[in-house]
Amino acid sequence: MKHRDLAIIGAGPAGMAAAAQAAALGLSVSVLDEQPRAGGQIYRDVDRVAPRRGAILGQDYTHGITLTAGMHHDTIEHLAKATVWAIEDEFRISYTQDGCAAQLDVDRLLLATGALERPMPLLGWTLPGVMTAGAGQILLKQSGVVARGAVLVGSGPLLYLIAAQMVRTGTPPIAMVETQATANMARAIRHIGGALRGWRYMAKGLKMLGDIKRAQVPRYTGATEITIEGETKAEAVCFSHKGQPRRIPCDVVYLHHGVVPNTQAARSLGVSHRWHAGQSCFVPTLSVWGQSDVAGIFIAGDGAGIGGAKAAEHTGRLAALKVAQELGRLPASERDRMAAPLRASLSRELAVRPFLDAAYPPCAEALHPADPTTICRCEEVTAGDIRGYAKLGCVGPNQTKALGRAGMGPCQGRYCGLTVTALLAEANGQTPDDTGYYRIRPPLKPVTLGELAAMAPTQQDAVE
Amino acid sequence: METDYAIVGGGIVGLSVAWGLLRRGRRVAVLDGDDGAFRASRGNFGLVWVQGKGMRQPRYARWSQHSAAVWAEFAAEIAANTGRDVPLEQNGGFDLHFSEEALEATVAQYEALKTALDGDYPYEVLGHNALRKEEPNIGPKVVGAILHHQDGHANPLKLLTALAADVRRMGGQVLIGKTVTDLSKPDAFRITCADGTILSAEKIVLSAGLGAAELGPKLGFIAPIRPQRGQVLITEKLPKLINRPSLIARQVDEGGIQIGATNEEVGLDDRVTQPGLSGLAADAIAAYPALARAQLVRSWGALRVLSPDGLPIYQESVTMPGAFLVTCHSGITLAAAHARLLPDWLEGAATAPDLEVFSESRFAFS
Amino acid sequence: MNPASPFLELEDTPRVDVVFQGTPLSLPAGMNLAAALLSAGVEAFRHTPVSGSPRAPFCMMGACFDCLVEINGVVRQACMLEVAEGLSISHPHEAEDDDETS
Repeated sequence: MKHRDLAIIGAGPAGMAAAAQAAALGLSVSVLDEQPRAGGQIYRDVDRVAPRRGAILGQDYTHGITLTAGMHHDTIEHLAKATVWAIEDEFRISYTQDGCAAQLDVDRLLLATGALERPMPLLGWTLPGVMTAGAGQILLKQSGVVARGAVLVGSGPLLYLIAAQMVRTGTPPIAMVETQATANMARAIRHIGGALRGWRYMAKGLKMLGDIKRAQVPRYTGATEITIEGETKAEAVCFSHKGQPRRIPCDVVYLHHGVVPNTQAARSLGVSHRWHAGQSCFVPTLSVWGQSDVAGIFIAGDGAGIGGAKAAEHTGRLAALKVAQELGRLPASERDRMAAPLRASLSRELAVRPFLDAAYPPCAEALHPADPTTICRCEEVTAGDIRGYAKLGCVGPNQTKALGRAGMGPCQGRYCGLTVTALLAEANGQTPDDTGYYRIRPPLKPVTLGELAAMAPTQQDAVE
Repeated sequence: METDYAIVGGGIVGLSVAWGLLRRGRRVAVLDGDDGAFRASRGNFGLVWVQGKGMRQPRYARWSQHSAAVWAEFAAEIAANTGRDVPLEQNGGFDLHFSEEALEATVAQYEALKTALDGDYPYEVLGHNALRKEEPNIGPKVVGAILHHQDGHANPLKLLTALAADVRRMGGQVLIGKTVTDLSKPDAFRITCADGTILSAEKIVLSAGLGAAELGPKLGFIAPIRPQRGQVLITEKLPKLINRPSLIARQVDEGGIQIGATNEEVGLDDRVTQPGLSGLAADAIAAYPALARAQLVRSWGALRVLSPDGLPIYQESVTMPGAFLVTCHSGITLAAAHARLLPDWLEGAATAPDLEVFSESRFAFS
Repeated sequence: MNPASPFLELEDTPRVDVVFQGTPLSLPAGMNLAAALLSAGVEAFRHTPVSGSPRAPFCMMGACFDCLVEINGVVRQACMLEVAEGLSISHPHEAEDDDETS
């Protein structure tokens, strides 16, 4: 089995920055990522795409080229199209690449698995044509595919970003149905100090809103009672706006109300997570170096708590410094000297977050969906089902999983886990921390039995 | 709080017993653990199985047969009571063999058991070709199989759900998230939980699975229980691929293929391991080659609740009469017996089954 | 690119032939398979094994498993694959005869 000093899972900003930093300090590094090319979701396919669509996607996207460049280093091995399905025993990583399973043995592990869209269960959200706003962005970035006749639903900066990008392609969204209310902005004002420290983000936000306004995209803020209509595909978004029912026919719906850390790999390793009330999600418990409470496991980037792409770079580098010091490649004093400017930049990057979290809170209706709403897309379990299981004595999501299959499908709870925790916490009068989360086990992603069997300790002919 | 019976452990075993007692009109309180407790009821393989059981103790084979025989009626009753389906198929099950020698050796054992059971052991031996007619997806390495007609399989999670619902419907008190820390009998039984809950009961049934090892001695039991890990795989939902369950794999009613299970003596460690998963996958593919292309979507480790000889323990406490230890590793197979037959024994009825061979005395002198 | 599809391709890319559910399609070589199928006008990528309801790509990042398709007998995420000449793609497990060859 191949041995490396450090394995990094995820080739987004945190993973790429960490790899470059670790390699510069003499560590052997393997970066495992599911995509064919480095970039993560934020810089998806940036090397190929920046020359073609850089003008549409903007400088915040093309910046990714500086990070992909850092991956070209003698001691960095980039395992592309690699799906990690198990991590065990400090640390043996099992992964599949091109239909073949393989393993890697490493001293330290950095999880840079980024964020997922916060699940947004609304009636009709499983219909073809309904996608996450992130999916819409990925279509545009990686494939140059843009949706016409799209309605954007939800809240948050990413919704404005994709709207502005769609405007630049000449196919603006036909409407924006926004769930945040003016009261949210009023409450957010107390974080204005941080927002002003992050003035660059605020300026970008205002410019995007200006672009959207000039394109005459109708905006319906404070929308409630949102549902998506359609028989076999999305046909219209229905909602209530200022007390009036509205129905906007459309072909495509992009949903977004924030992103949350992708905690699957960390949870499978037993890393502790705590509820983050400001971000309404679980975040791993980490030191200032991104070190978890499981020896040898580090987490950087949005998987450590949502901070955005620039913050991810800094947390990735900080983790790399700590790993290098632990492995004897960097004196502690030098580590701290190198960390100081990174920490200062990180603090500036994070300054705007409390304002954004308060101004664009998650959509309340989607956090506590009505009974008929499907919350587990894979097994088609409804919010009402979960409330019913709470009445049968389920205090945590592993019991509702056993009783009602929510979280048992191939996505393994990625798009229902937070909803189930919220529903159970509400039904049982408990906190999200008391309620807990799914126990995540291998395979982190599905693997064929054939790939799995090829790694059997002895190829048995019989099972007697 | 006072009750006739306190059931310590709200898994399939405890709920089955509670259900039976409620049906007799007794007041019952069930104490159940938290979301992360070791729960064999959530992790088992779901077989309602007779073959291979009680090879050295025909009474155990009989007990399993008895339970299997009343299972359908039991499942139908709770389904009717709750409107919750409890899928069950009892069309027989296979023990697949990869060598003639192993098949013959098993047949010899089954013949001896059949004699001890006065001929009530309906099985047949299928060679590869006969087996392939029954199971078209069987692989060339399988030389044959034993088809036992009393075997079958159920959906154990739907059983758990329906039982939990029916116990509540019948007025059972189910206290959740309780960790029992102490048991005593100052007058009536007194059960103390970690959160300060105290319960008073005339009788107590200890059906706490692995928890019985620690709690049992407080009630005068030996409770020689140990965990044994079984890793289990389940694939994506597939069109019909396997007709009857085997000890290697079964297709569950939802469509996934469940593959199991390892037998590992690793203490209270319920993790899965790559070597464990890979070994199970290789065995399953040897039996059903088409599975090589199926996606594994989940795996889990669960801990069997084993006595030294693998048989159930049914014991009333000698030092604290009214306390009963009920533990087994075949909670699904025996659910119907526990629900319909065991209450007579707990109540000391004349019609009670003779369970003497399952008493703890078999361990005291060994 | 199907003019009836709401998903437009911004650029012209050389195309290759694939088959989806028995229908020949001409898709941009090397494009993300899920994106290419959307642009080709494919609405339902699969039907759920639970209720049979139609599904199509939702997350485009390999997390939601709604874009599952079957290729060479294996069910995979279309959003994690790229268009290649000659791909034969179908809804998962809906083939009339699941052949045994591999």
